[in-house]
This record gives sequence, C-alpha cells and structure tokens, in this order.
Amino acid sequence: MKPSSRRRENMRVISMFAAMLAALVVVGVFQSWSLALAILNLCLISAVMALGVNIQWGYAGLINFGILGFAALGGVTAVLVSVAPVPAAWGAGGGGVIVALMISLATILAAVFAARRAPAGVPRKLLLAFIIIGGYFLTRAFFFPAVEAIEAVDPTKAGFLGGLGLPILLSWVAGGLLAAAVAWVIGKIALGLRADYLAIATLGISEIIIAVLKNEDWLARGVKNVSGLPRPVPYEVDLQQALWFQDWAAGMNVSPVEFSSIFVKLCYAGLFAIVLLVVLWLTERALHSPWGRMMRAIRDNELAAAAMGKDVTGRHLQVFVLGSAVVGLAGAMLTTLDGQFTPASYQPLRFTFIIWVMVIVGGSGNNRGAVLGGFVIWFFWVEAEPIGLWLTDLLTSGLAEDSGLRRHLMESAAHMRLMTMGVILLLVLRFNPRGLIPER
Amino acid sequence: MDGFLNALILLSNFVIVPSMAYGSQLAIGALAVTLIYAILRFSDFAQGDTMAFGAMATILLTWVLQYWDVSISPLPTALLALPFGVLCTIALCLLIDRWVYRFYRRVKARPEVLMIVSVGVMFIYNSVVRFIIGPGDRWFVDGERFIITAREFKRLSGLSEGVAFKTTQGLTILIAFIVVAALFCFLNRTRIGKSMRAYSDNEDLALLSGIDPERVVRTTWIIAATLATIAGALYGLDKSFKPFTYFNLLLPIFAAAIVGGLGNPLGAIAGGFTIAFSEVALTYAYRKFLAYLIPGEWAPQGLVQLLSTDYKFAVSFVILVLVLLLRPTGIFGRKAS
Repeated sequence: MKPSSRRRENMRVISMFAAMLAALVVVGVFQSWSLALAILNLCLISAVMALGVNIQWGYAGLINFGILGFAALGGVTAVLVSVAPVPAAWGAGGGGVIVALMISLATILAAVFAARRAPAGVPRKLLLAFIIIGGYFLTRAFFFPAVEAIEAVDPTKAGFLGGLGLPILLSWVAGGLLAAAVAWVIGKIALGLRADYLAIATLGISEIIIAVLKNEDWLARGVKNVSGLPRPVPYEVDLQQALWFQDWAAGMNVSPVEFSSIFVKLCYAGLFAIVLLVVLWLTERALHSPWGRMMRAIRDNELAAAAMGKDVTGRHLQVFVLGSAVVGLAGAMLTTLDGQFTPASYQPLRFTFIIWVMVIVGGSGNNRGAVLGGFVIWFFWVEAEPIGLWLTDLLTSGLAEDSGLRRHLMESAAHMRLMTMGVILLLVLRFNPRGLIPER
Repeated sequence: MDGFLNALILLSNFVIVPSMAYGSQLAIGALAVTLIYAILRFSDFAQGDTMAFGAMATILLTWVLQYWDVSISPLPTALLALPFGVLCTIALCLLIDRWVYRFYRRVKARPEVLMIVSVGVMFIYNSVVRFIIGPGDRWFVDGERFIITAREFKRLSGLSEGVAFKTTQGLTILIAFIVVAALFCFLNRTRIGKSMRAYSDNEDLALLSGIDPERVVRTTWIIAATLATIAGALYGLDKSFKPFTYFNLLLPIFAAAIVGGLGNPLGAIAGGFTIAFSEVALTYAYRKFLAYLIPGEWAPQGLVQLLSTDYKFAVSFVILVLVLLLRPTGIFGRKAS
C-alpha cells in the first residue's frame, strides 16, 4: 500500500471517529451527559464484541450466529467468579452436583474412548448405548437430589451455590476462557463441513446455553436473576459522602449526586477503553503477522491454501475459538457494567444479529472498521427509538390525538428500529459491501 | 390386557398424535428451507419470519371473515383465509427476491454472504410482522375444536384413557399429506418441476440445455412461500400465534432439513418427523404410562421424564450434532460433494 493512500485512510478513520464523538457530545449537551456516557460504555462493549466477530468473519469467513450464547457464558462467569459462595448451599448439595458433573464428564470421555477404540460393528454400538444410558441415569441419581437441596436453601435470596468471591475483573479473563472452551467443542463438531452448518450449530448452542442459564437455578438462580454483583469501581453513595469528592464536585459547580453518577460511568469507560485498546492492538498485530496473512489466504481460496499445505480446518478452529473468547470477554464486561445477570434479557435480535450489522457496516476484515461499526450501530440502536417516536409524532400530527391509527403507530415505533437495522444491513451489503472502513 | 391398551392410548394421546401434527408442520417448513437451499444454494435464516408473515396475513383475513360472519364451520375459518395468506407471502418473497437476492445471483456471491443477506431480510420481516400485528399472543381458531374428545373416546371404547384428536391436528396432518403429494407430483411430473431438479443437480448443464434460471428461481420462491405460509398458519392454529416462537422454530426446522440432507425434499419430511417425535417423546413424563404396565408396588414414583420441556430445543440440537458427527450429508443425502 502506498504511503499516500495509507495517510488518506488514516484521515478517513480519524474523521469518522471524530464525527462519532461529536454525536455523543450532542447527546450529552441536548439530552444528558449521564445518558451520553451510558451509550459510550455500551458502544465500547459492542466494539469489543464486534472485534470478536470480525476475527471470525473478517479474517476467516466463518459465520457465528451464536454470539448471544458466548456473551451469556461470559455473563454467567462474572457471577460465578465474583459472588460470595453460599456455604449452606454447598453443604446441602455441592458435593452431589460435583459428583454428578464428574460422572457426566466420565460418561462423555468413556463414550468417546469407546467410539474410537472398541472394534467396529454391533458390539460397539451396544457398548456406546450402554455407556450413555447408564451414565445418564447415574448422573440423574446424584444430580436431582442435590439440586433440590441447593434450591431449598434460602430461595428468596440465595438458592444457588454462589461464586468464588473473587474480584469481578478476573471474570473477564475467565469468561473468555469459558467461551473459548465451548467454542472449541462446537468448532470440532461443525467445522470442516459446509459453512451453513457452523451457522446453524452456533445458533443452536446459543439457544441451549440460554435455556440452561434460565432453568438451572442452582447455578446462577435462573430467571430469578443475580443482582448486586460486586463492582470494580467505587459506589456512588460512598463517593457522595467522601469529603474530597464533595470538594471536587463543588469545584466543578455540579451537584455531588450527578457528578458521582458521571464519575462512576467514566471509571467504567476507562476500564472498557483499556480492554478495547488491548484487544484492538492484539488483533491488529495478529492480522499483519504471517498468521493473519495465512488466514486471509485461506479465506480467499481454501483449495489453494490447502494445496499449499495449510491445515484449513485446524486454522478455522483456532480462529473460531479466539473470536468466541473475545465475545465471552465482552459478555463478562457487559454483566459487570449492568451489575446483575438476567438470562431472560438475552435476545437473539438484540445480541447476535446486531453485532453482525456492526461488523458488516463497519467493514468486515478491518478491525478499526469493526470498532467504528460497534459505535455507530449501538448509537443508532439507542437513539432510533426517540428519533422514531419524534418522526411518527411529526408524520401523524395531522391525525387526531386519540385516533386509533396514530396510537398504533406510536406504540409500534419501537419495532421500527429492527426495520432500520435490516435496511441498513441490506443497503450496506448491496452498495458498499466493504463497509465504512474497507479492508486493506 | 386393559392396562396395555390403556398405556397405548395414553401414549397416542400425549406423544403420537401431537408429534404427528408438529412433525407435519416441521416437515413443511423444512421442505421450504431445503428447496431454497437446493436452488438458490444458501440457508435462508428468514424462513421463520416468512412463516410468521404468512400466518399473520392469514390471521388478518380470518378476522375480517369472522367479522363478516363468513364461516365454514365445523372447519376453522382460517382455512378459507389461507389462500390469501399464501398470495401475500408469494408477493412479498418475489418482491424481496427482485430487490435483494437477484443482485447477489448476478454477481455470484458466496453462500455465506447470502446467509447474512437473509438475516437482513429477517429483520425486515420481523419488524413488519410486529409492526402490523404486535408481538403478543393471537388466537384465531374457531369452528369445531375436536374431531373426537377424550370423553367420547372413553365412552366408545370403554377404556379409562381416551385420545383427544383436535380438528387442527387432523387438518394439519391431512393438509401436510396433500401438500407433500402435490409437491412431489410437481417435481417429478411437470416440465418446470423437472427443470428445477435439473438446475439443483447441475446448474451449468441445466443452463446449457436452455432452462431459464430466473424462471426456476421464481418458481422456487412461489413454492417456498406457499409452504412457509401453510406451515406457519397450521402451527399458529395448532398452538397460538406469537411472532417470537416462529424465530425459535428456525432451529428445529434447520435440524430437520439437515437430518434428511440439505437439498433433499424426501429427507426434509423424514427429518421433520424425526425431530418432532424425538422432541415430544423425550420430554413426555412416562409415570402414568408405566403405571399401567407395571404392577402397583413396582410403579415409579417420579415423573419419569427424560428431559424437562424447557430443553426441547436441546433435542433438535443433539440430533443435529449426531448427524454432523456421523453422517454430515444427512440420512438421505448424497455422498459428500
């Protein structure tokens, strides 16, 4: 690439990010700074998630429609790492659950071993069936009594095993690792086949992950949610009472209450920005290394790459695991920001497919593009509702206040943002498939 | 002997009849997916929402007809509205094909790109459906509810268990049978059906022998839209209409299509019933069933449910995984290409 065109691209990137920042400032001035910072925080998280998808789609052309599931895995890790353990629950059924999990693990290992080593034919099938059915019932025998005992422990407040009681920041790494482990299993099964299969398998696993998180109350309280997660940043109440903070707020001429909320959001933004920059730096380094060039070569022509001796399926597995780990990390960040884990809030249209729009709009294959896409699309996702309401109000202003059509339209304005996302996705794919910041 | 008969009746009532109806719905949906895959060569993620759209169009006319007191009782009015729903969905699919998909055929885009395009289309269908009819539950079934109720069955047979056979279940199975027979007749007997199969087998050869690809594609969309509407309306009649459940049907439908081998119509039907039977059979609580077969003191205490109904999606997924591991081309699939 010529230096002049690189400079031009840099200018383009800088101007676009500046425009994005300006939009946030406009929100801060006209709506509120608290809202602008809330949007910024979710923009940062979305950008990390979009980077994860970009690693899979942009570098390798893999389709992962299970973003939701991997994000939820990161979220539950935040609970499992940070919440204090519930000793009574552990006493009641912790042992039983662990035994049951060990048995099911042993069953899987035995089944895999039998499938690989036992002589082929009818005996192997019988042996496999025996191992799986036996293991299933043995697991149940330990699992259900234990779960019942755990969920009976103080059901309104606990009713689950609790976590490890460690700092929540650790869960960001742990969430990535858990997502990577699950991705490895899925990748092992679905990679190396037709591209459609990975898309469908990831869609399936994400629905199952959500079903498990909703129903296994002993793990993270299911739909009863876990709230009040420990924070990596100070609490507003503590800040408002601290003398130094009151002085600082007085110095800036804002009320301590408002300033504390802004201050906390800024702390989060700082943490998220650090993660985003680190991930961005790592992905950029990877992309411009021999490894990144190999990945793109595989993406552009699998046959030729295989003929050159590249292990296509192996590389795909690697990149799929890496990308999912980044999504898991972002999922843990999201739960940390929310301060609670609510499995019912994981909706495929809100998570999986919006992240895809971000990557496509930003520019698949370009990391800075994915980040920009994360910012732009999240911004519109949040602001589409007020804009939509305002537009419908304007368009229907000729109708009477209590007209049925007008009321219906006002109520339905919220659905318009899905329409907007779909139209944006289709328009970009059709007229500017390389996105806002094209791949170099 | 009575115990055995009762057990069998119980199983028919709670497992066999419901899974026949659900299997028919899945099979029709999977047929649409598999046809689009065979001709257009991508997995259409908008399928669930196409079904929702078709069902919605049918519901709207059903309401109008109900308002006018038009009825074909004992059959549900929705049956009368179904052709209208089909026409609306065909029009929508052809329009979307012209505005969206045709371009990608011209530039010979990769199937991955088309899958993402179908996600964009899914967003649009989804919002249109929610915009027009709202995200809540809608009922539109009327007419006679049962072909035979459990009580009548008990009275006729003198057994202590009965089979309740809902009209919607009977209709679903009957319509599925007619649709499948008509589709196979079409694919095997008519000229355009044969050219569709030729196009699916080998695009280049088909083009060489003078088959008009745009005509084949148009026909495919017409058939797929018809199937999707029928499947969607029947599912809505049988359960209830809620836009989000149609998105959730994507997984079982794709699993059904893959189990039978993507692109293989016969496989889609077999896959639909496989998924439905496994799902219902694994989530049914067998306690009462076993109580009829096993003498009193040995009868099980618990529910004897292999899997909680919350995990019914896991069944489709596990079957999908098994097929991917053991026979990636599907049960009826051709050898890997």
